[in-house]
Amino acid sequence: MTAPSKAPLQTQSLVKRYGGLLATDNVSLSLVHGELHAIIGPNGAGKTTLIGQLGGELQPDSGDVFLQGECVTALPAADRALRGLARSYQISSAFPEFTVIESVALAKQAHGGQSFGAWRALLKRTHLVDAAEHAIAKAGLSHRISQRVSELAHGERRQLELAMVLVSQPKVLLLDEPMAGMSHQESMKVVDLLAGLKGQYTLLLVEHDMQAVFALADTISVLVNGAIIASGKPENIRQNPDVRSAYLGDEELPE
Amino acid sequence: MTSSLFFIQLLNGLQLGVLLFMLSAGLTLVFGIMSFVNLAHGCLYMMGAYFAATVYAATDSFVAAGLAAVGGGGLLAALVEWVVARRLYARDHLDQVLATFGLILFFNELARWVWGASPFYMNVPPALSGTLNILGVMYPMYRFAIISAGLIAALGCYLLIAKTRVGMLIRAGSLNPTMVAALGVNIRLLNALVFSLGGALAGLAGLMSSPILSVQPGMGEPILILVMIVIVIGGIGSVQGAFYAALMVGLIDTAGRAFLPMLLREFIDRSTAQAAGPAIASMLTCIFMATVLALRPQGLFPVKNK
Amino acid sequence: MKARLTLVITAGLLLVLAILPLYARWLEEPFLLTFSTRALILALAALSLNIVLGFGGMVSFGHALYLGLGAYSVGISASHGIDNGAMQLLMTVMLCAVVGLATGWVCLRTSGIGFIMITLAFAQMFYYLFVSLKQYGGDDGLSISLRSNLVGLDMSAPLTLYYSSFASVLAVVVWTQHMVRAPFGMVLQACRMNERRMSALGFHTLRYKLSAYVLSCVIAGVAGFLYANLTGYASPAYLAWTVSGELIVMVVLGGMGTVLGPLVGALTLLGCEELLKGMTEHWPIILGPLIVLVVLLARRGLFGLALDWDARHAQAKVKP
Repeated sequence: MTAPSKAPLQTQSLVKRYGGLLATDNVSLSLVHGELHAIIGPNGAGKTTLIGQLGGELQPDSGDVFLQGECVTALPAADRALRGLARSYQISSAFPEFTVIESVALAKQAHGGQSFGAWRALLKRTHLVDAAEHAIAKAGLSHRISQRVSELAHGERRQLELAMVLVSQPKVLLLDEPMAGMSHQESMKVVDLLAGLKGQYTLLLVEHDMQAVFALADTISVLVNGAIIASGKPENIRQNPDVRSAYLGDEELPE
Repeated sequence: MTSSLFFIQLLNGLQLGVLLFMLSAGLTLVFGIMSFVNLAHGCLYMMGAYFAATVYAATDSFVAAGLAAVGGGGLLAALVEWVVARRLYARDHLDQVLATFGLILFFNELARWVWGASPFYMNVPPALSGTLNILGVMYPMYRFAIISAGLIAALGCYLLIAKTRVGMLIRAGSLNPTMVAALGVNIRLLNALVFSLGGALAGLAGLMSSPILSVQPGMGEPILILVMIVIVIGGIGSVQGAFYAALMVGLIDTAGRAFLPMLLREFIDRSTAQAAGPAIASMLTCIFMATVLALRPQGLFPVKNK
Repeated sequence: MKARLTLVITAGLLLVLAILPLYARWLEEPFLLTFSTRALILALAALSLNIVLGFGGMVSFGHALYLGLGAYSVGISASHGIDNGAMQLLMTVMLCAVVGLATGWVCLRTSGIGFIMITLAFAQMFYYLFVSLKQYGGDDGLSISLRSNLVGLDMSAPLTLYYSSFASVLAVVVWTQHMVRAPFGMVLQACRMNERRMSALGFHTLRYKLSAYVLSCVIAGVAGFLYANLTGYASPAYLAWTVSGELIVMVVLGGMGTVLGPLVGALTLLGCEELLKGMTEHWPIILGPLIVLVVLLARRGLFGLALDWDARHAQAKVKP
C-alpha cells in the first residue's frame, strides 16, 4: 500500500459492488490542501456510497483511502474522525433531546481522549464550552445556543451540523448536501460560511445546488454511474460535452 | 454407546427440532414483518396444549383435539393481535416487550385459574401408540408422528410462502413492509393473517407436545427462550433460517441432554452428572448462539436487503 | 427555573424512606420494614437497569441474572463458612464484572430484538446452571445460615440492612444525577439517540456501552448481595425471566431515563402487588392487563409525568 502523496484526502481505485450493481467504479480522487472540491452527479450516481467509503461507514471491495498520506481503508469511522476527518450528514437529526451547546460540546469531547468522566458536568468543562461557543458563532447559530435540537428549524439544524463539524478543527470536511431543502436566503448564508472556510480547511462537498457549487468550488468532479467522468476547474466542467449530456434533463448548469 | 441408541437420539433431536420449527416459524415472521416482539407466543403454545388436552379428554378424538388446538391457537392469536398487538406495531420494542410480558402474566394465571396448577396429562391416542421399526430400530410411533407432522408443516409453510400470492405478499412484507402497504395491499389483514398463522402453528405444536410433556401453567416460557435462540441463529424474519436453526438446536439440545451425562460420568459421580446434563445442554445452545453471533451477527440465513 | 413538583416528590420520598423504620417500630409492624427493605433492594436493581435501559437504550431482559449472582455469592460462600461481608461483596463485584463483560460483549454485537433475546437467553442459561448445582440447593435453593458481616455491620439486623439498602440507593441516585450530565452519561444518551453519528464524531461507542453495561451488572449484583441477606436464601428463582421483566416494568412505570424513576417505579409496583395480593390470589390476572394499559397510556412513567408537569409550568412562567 503505497501513499503517493501527502494530499489531505486521496482515494485510489475505489470499487464497491452491491450484487450486480457497480456503485463505485474505480474512483481515484486527490484533494489539494485548502481547496473546496465538489462532487456532482445525477441522482443514483453513487455519491452517498462514495461518501460512505470516505467516511469509513462502508468498506470498499477494493481500492484505498488515504488521509494525509496514511492509509485508512481498514479504519472504522471513529478512528478516521480522530485523525481529522469530519463528516456532516444530509439528514440532520443528530441528538434531538440535547441543546445546541450540548451537541457541539459533545462533538468537541470526542477529541478529548476518553469520555469516562462521570461526575463533573460536560457543560462545566470550560475548554469544551469555549470551543463550542466559538464554533456555534462561526456557524451563525449563537442566538439559538440553548435551544433543544428538536425545536430547531430545518436550516438551523444544518448550521448545527456545520458547528459540530467545525468544533474539532478537522483537517478534511466531508459535507453531504449541506444545502438540501434550504431556502435561497439560507443557502446564501451557508455559501458565505463555506467560502470563509476555504484555505484553512480542505472541503469535499457533495451538492445538488449548482449555483452554490459553481460559486464555491475550486475543483469539480462529476460522478455518473459510480465513475468519475470528468474532473477539473469549474469552467472546464461547464464546457465538457460528456457532462452536459449526462445532465440533460437532470439539471441546468448555470451559464 | 450403541449405534441404535445414537440413532434414537438423532430421531429425538429431529423431533424437538420440528417442534421448535413450528413455534419459531410464526414468531420469526411476526418479528420480521411487523417488527413486533411477541413474548406471548409461548402462551399460544400453552393454550393450544390446554385446548387439545381438554377436548381430547371430553371426546377421545385426536382429530377434534387437533382442530381445537390449531383453530383455537389461530383465533386466540387473532384476538391478541386485534386487542393489543396492532396498537404497538409503531412503538419501540421495549413497549412491545412490556405489553406482551403483561399478557404472559395474564395467560399463565388464567390457565392456573381455569385448569388448576397441577399438570394436565393427555394420553397418546391409541392409533398412534406403540412402536415403529425404523431402519432396524424400535422408535415410539407417536414421536415419529410428531416428526412427520412437523415436516408436513414445514412443507406447508414452504408452499404457502413460495408458491402462493399470499406468500409472496408475506415475503415482500418481510423485505419492505412500507412498500407493501403503499402498494395498496390491505396490510392490516395481512398482519392479522400472519399473526394467526403463527398462532395456529403454535397451537399445533401444543397439540403434538401434550401427550409427551405435562401441560401446565408457564410451560410456554422455557421453550420460548429456546425458540428465540433458534430465531436469532437462523436470522430474524427468515422462515428458512428458522427451519435449519431449529433442527440444529434440536439436535444439539438433545445430544447434550443424552450424551453429556454419559461423558461426565467418567469424571464425576452419577447424580451430579445427571443433574448437570440439562444445564450443560442449555449452555451448549447458548454457546452455539454466541458463536454464531460472534461470526455472523445477522444470523445464518438472514433476510437480505432490509 | 424551579422544578417544583419533582423537587417536592423527591424530598418527600427520601424523607419518608429515611424515617420509615421509626414509623414501622411505632406501628409495631415489622412486615412494613421487611417490605420496604425489599422494595429498596429491588429499586437498587432497577436503578442499575435504568443506566443501560433508560439512558443507554439497551433493553436488557436478563438483569435478574446479576441479582442472582450476587445472592449466590453470599449463599455459596456462607455454605463454606465465609461470612466476611467485604469478601462476599468483592466476590459479587468480580463475578458480575466478568460475566457482565463476557455476555455484554456478545450481546452488543446485536441490537434491537436480537439484544433482548440474547440477554434473556444468557439469564436462562445461568438459571439452569444453578438448578443443576445440587450441592448448592439446586431447584430448592440454598438456605443461608450465616449473614454477612460487612466491616462491623451485621446484616442480619433488619435496621442495619434497611439503612444499608437505603444508603446504596441514595448513593446510586446521587451518582446518576451527576453522571447523566457528565461526559460518560452524555455519550451514553447520545448513543441511544444516534449511534451512527457518535461513531462519525470519533467515539468508539462499544467501549462506552459495554462499560455502562458492566457497571450496571455490578450494581445489580450488590442488590443481590443485599437480597440474600434479607431473605436468608439464594434460589434459582431469583434469576427467572419474570424477575427481569418486573425490573423493566419498574423502570418504565417509574419513568425511564429519569434519575428517580426506578425508585418510584419499584415502590409503586411492589405496593400494587401487595394490594392486589390482599384482594385475590389470582392477582396476576389483574396486574398483567394493568401493565398493558400502562404501556398503552402512561408511557412516560410516573416520575416522567411529574417532570413534564414541571416543564410545562416553567414554560408558562417564561411566557409574557
